[in-house]
Amino acid sequence: MEPARFRIERTTGASRGGLACAGLALIVLASLPAWGGPSSMRILVEFIALLVLAQMWNLLAGYAGLVSIGQQAYVGLGGYALIVLADDLGVNPFLAVPLAGVITAVFALPTAALVFRFHGGYFAVGTWAIAEVYRLLIANTPVLGRGSGRTLKAVFPLARETREVTTYVLALAIGVVALVAVYAFLRSRYGLGLMAIRDSEPASETLGVDVFRTKLVVYLGVAFGTGVTGALIYLNLLRISPDAAFSINWTAYTIFIVVIGGLGSLEGPLVGTALFFVVRELLSDYGAWYMILLGGLAVGVMLAYPRGLWGIVAERWDLHFFPIQRRVRLGEEEFAPRPPAR
Amino acid sequence: MTVAWVDTVLQGLLLGGLYALFATGLSLIFGVMRIVNLAHGDLSILAAFLAVVVVETLGLNPFLALVLVAPLMAALGYALQTLVLNRLLGQGILPPILVTFGFSIIIQNALLETFSADSRRLNPGGIETASLALGSGLAIGWFPFITLAVAVLILVSLQLLISRMSVGRAFRATSDDQETAELMGIDNRRLYGLAMALSLGIVAVAGVFLGIRTTFTFSSGPDRLLFAFEAVIIGGLGSLWGTLVGGAVLGVAQTVGAKMSPGWGILTGHLVFLAVLLLRPQGLFAKARRSA
Repeated sequence: MEPARFRIERTTGASRGGLACAGLALIVLASLPAWGGPSSMRILVEFIALLVLAQMWNLLAGYAGLVSIGQQAYVGLGGYALIVLADDLGVNPFLAVPLAGVITAVFALPTAALVFRFHGGYFAVGTWAIAEVYRLLIANTPVLGRGSGRTLKAVFPLARETREVTTYVLALAIGVVALVAVYAFLRSRYGLGLMAIRDSEPASETLGVDVFRTKLVVYLGVAFGTGVTGALIYLNLLRISPDAAFSINWTAYTIFIVVIGGLGSLEGPLVGTALFFVVRELLSDYGAWYMILLGGLAVGVMLAYPRGLWGIVAERWDLHFFPIQRRVRLGEEEFAPRPPAR
Repeated sequence: MTVAWVDTVLQGLLLGGLYALFATGLSLIFGVMRIVNLAHGDLSILAAFLAVVVVETLGLNPFLALVLVAPLMAALGYALQTLVLNRLLGQGILPPILVTFGFSIIIQNALLETFSADSRRLNPGGIETASLALGSGLAIGWFPFITLAVAVLILVSLQLLISRMSVGRAFRATSDDQETAELMGIDNRRLYGLAMALSLGIVAVAGVFLGIRTTFTFSSGPDRLLFAFEAVIIGGLGSLWGTLVGGAVLGVAQTVGAKMSPGWGILTGHLVFLAVLLLRPQGLFAKARRSA
């Protein structure tokens, strides 16, 4: 019997185009300090922060099936870690941002030991409860300023422009590293294992995927990314308080962005973040209505198009700028099967 | 000194009655359809605000307002389940979590836009401050006592409904095996609607009692959800009477914590919950079968 002719496709025309567009966008964004004002840099830092939070949550819920409602714990811990490192321990504030992620991940380990006892809906409420524990612990700690919080003083000696440009460049770097890391992880064999877990936990376990370890690695990695982003957010805002840093709104923004944009794709959070900013700016004169609108939109999308706006686009035009899946193209060119890797 | 501590524990036990009311509705929904309603707490606050509207427009006592608010919330629950949540059945765990979370945020912000950020309270006309002397310096408030009595009454009724009535049998059958129950002619969708109606009817009682006991704002909901959840976990999943014990443990932890240091009340409750989770994850009164 003639062996079947097929090839495994991982790169598409669109993905090459996507890469080119991403490169072009990066060049434009990197040159922003030369032609943009401080307000445009501030809004872009915020945009990147929400985009990274969304990518992290998407990895957690959309791929690992860990639907956390408590990611605000790691935004808050990252923010407070920045303040302690920079103001109390004298670490360079910009260097403190990635370090804050490490500290956050250290806190995430015992947290995981507790919340991994829950599944599904109870995991969601459990993570939320633990975020409240962190908020209350910090609100009761005198050196952290209790309920009124603290101000990041370590950046005061810097010229305002230096601070703004450095923060912006750092944000851009965090955004690029986060996107590349998530993309590379999902395309790796661990990513494949992760998607197998999402589709069927028992089946992937019998095929040799270490379910617990994979989920734990994702949970800790996402806590790191979320902590770095929390530090970035408060490097940009300079003022932190427990109620704001551990607010459920961080997770609400993130979930609305991912659900509306498209759960389980890399393009979805980008689309969702852009839409979030548009809606918020358009309704900026109407108080909390943008949250009601976004919440309604998220519920509607979940009911009608569970794969989100990007899911509709990807399905209709078979468009994947950042393809993660492997696709078999039959009858194209010969593919020499390798012996299965161990 | 000792009397003060006994008093603190007693107040905590009575507070547990209120938490059991919140927990029962959450536990019922999870037991019957294996979903967690993340808008549970916000729906109770919605009920409290509805009671404020009824009290202000009709001049009724808040207890009487419940005659209107509880059926209204039950109807809302039936509609929410049959029109929205039933459409998500069989799609895995993610959609119900995200949709009920969406409702949680929508309700909070809609309450903020409608009723502003001011804190409110329901005034039942004196009973909230009346107390019953027990001798040797101890006294219990009439209102916390009524709350606990109502909680016990609701739990007993629910227990009877589940064990004796045909709808209760259908609840148990669906809880054990959804597909087989459906094959035996049980209309799951209608049944889920009834369970949600029952849950929100109880939540309305809980919300109004909360509003009489203390002040509340548009953002009081999430804490109610967390306390309900903690009472369910401490008591043991799937155990109705466990919820009462769970509520009492949480209530005592909070009042004792608050007595030691004012900022530590709620935090102590959370820490006791974490300790139970760590040392006895099946809860204090778990059934043999455990699935969460």
